[in-house]
Amino acid sequence: MLDFDLHMVLLILTAAVVTFLTRIGGYILIVKMNRIPPRVEAALNAVPAAVLTTLVAPAFFNGGWDIKVAMFAALLVGLRFSSTFMLIAGWIVVMAWRHFAGI
Amino acid sequence: MSRADFFDGLRGGIPVALAAAPFGALFGALARDQGLSLGELTLMSGTVYAGASQMVGIDLFGHNVQAWLIVLSILAVNFRHVLYSAAIARYIRHFSPVQKFFTFFLLVDPQFAETVKRHESGKPVTFAWYLGFAAVVYVVWVALSLIGGLLGSMIGDPKAIGLDILLPVYFLGIVIGFRKRDNFLPVVIASAGVSAIAYRYVGSPWHVSIGALAGVALAAVLPPVKANRKPDLAHENHEV
Repeated sequence: MLDFDLHMVLLILTAAVVTFLTRIGGYILIVKMNRIPPRVEAALNAVPAAVLTTLVAPAFFNGGWDIKVAMFAALLVGLRFSSTFMLIAGWIVVMAWRHFAGI
Repeated sequence: MSRADFFDGLRGGIPVALAAAPFGALFGALARDQGLSLGELTLMSGTVYAGASQMVGIDLFGHNVQAWLIVLSILAVNFRHVLYSAAIARYIRHFSPVQKFFTFFLLVDPQFAETVKRHESGKPVTFAWYLGFAAVVYVVWVALSLIGGLLGSMIGDPKAIGLDILLPVYFLGIVIGFRKRDNFLPVVIASAGVSAIAYRYVGSPWHVSIGALAGVALAAVLPPVKANRKPDLAHENHEV
């Protein structure tokens, strides 16, 4: 169970190095620019919303009605309350939908 | 290192770790299913430490795909981290080189989002806080991968107990936390639309990079918002 296959370990470590390079790459690029132009700054300010949206949108578009309705309910809750309540609301709606729709 | 900051980070990391825990266990179970040993899957969680790309990786292991294609797919899923590390640069200039090494190694999606939020709420982004936050998420992720691998098939369908809704809703919460930012709606609409189209026509790992680049590029070309600019971003929703 705890055996290591050399080929697999090398593959995993290569994946780890590639992942680390993506995590330091942007920093190296930015540090090389002495002054950050306004357009680059506007682009960097958009990074959190732009990237995280791509993690949300496919789940919504490809999910069934259970997921769509639950995410919409969580969105409404999130406009007023903290994300803990969003998680609870989303979970309740998805469970209720599956229970009553018999999925 | 400030103990108070470290514990502040630990507390902040707990809800994130709880949301990620089922996926750690799911990864472990799926990895066993695809023929990885317990040691190998724990090594993968501990060194790659990037949930979505680990899932893509083990999915491809099972399909007898060539190694370079697996590495390329992992690169595609993780390309968004290039954007994170560029955006986070201004918050961590005061870190030492060794601290930066660990900062980048531990830079996962919620870690990035919480770092931006912490800076904007006016609290200092210290290495002690960053490490405290990361420690909870990292330890839980690696431990739950191992436990998931041990229990294997005992972990049933996460859909049956509604776990599949947790991560999208968690990320949705982070997205709407940024809704007071300049150009928020155009950026979100562009990223959502392009990522959904790319998901359909290009395929799964790539939709993240393509959708994100669309939103970021739009923000770069839109005229700067000056008229109603807030003095700072401290008005955003910082609850977690």
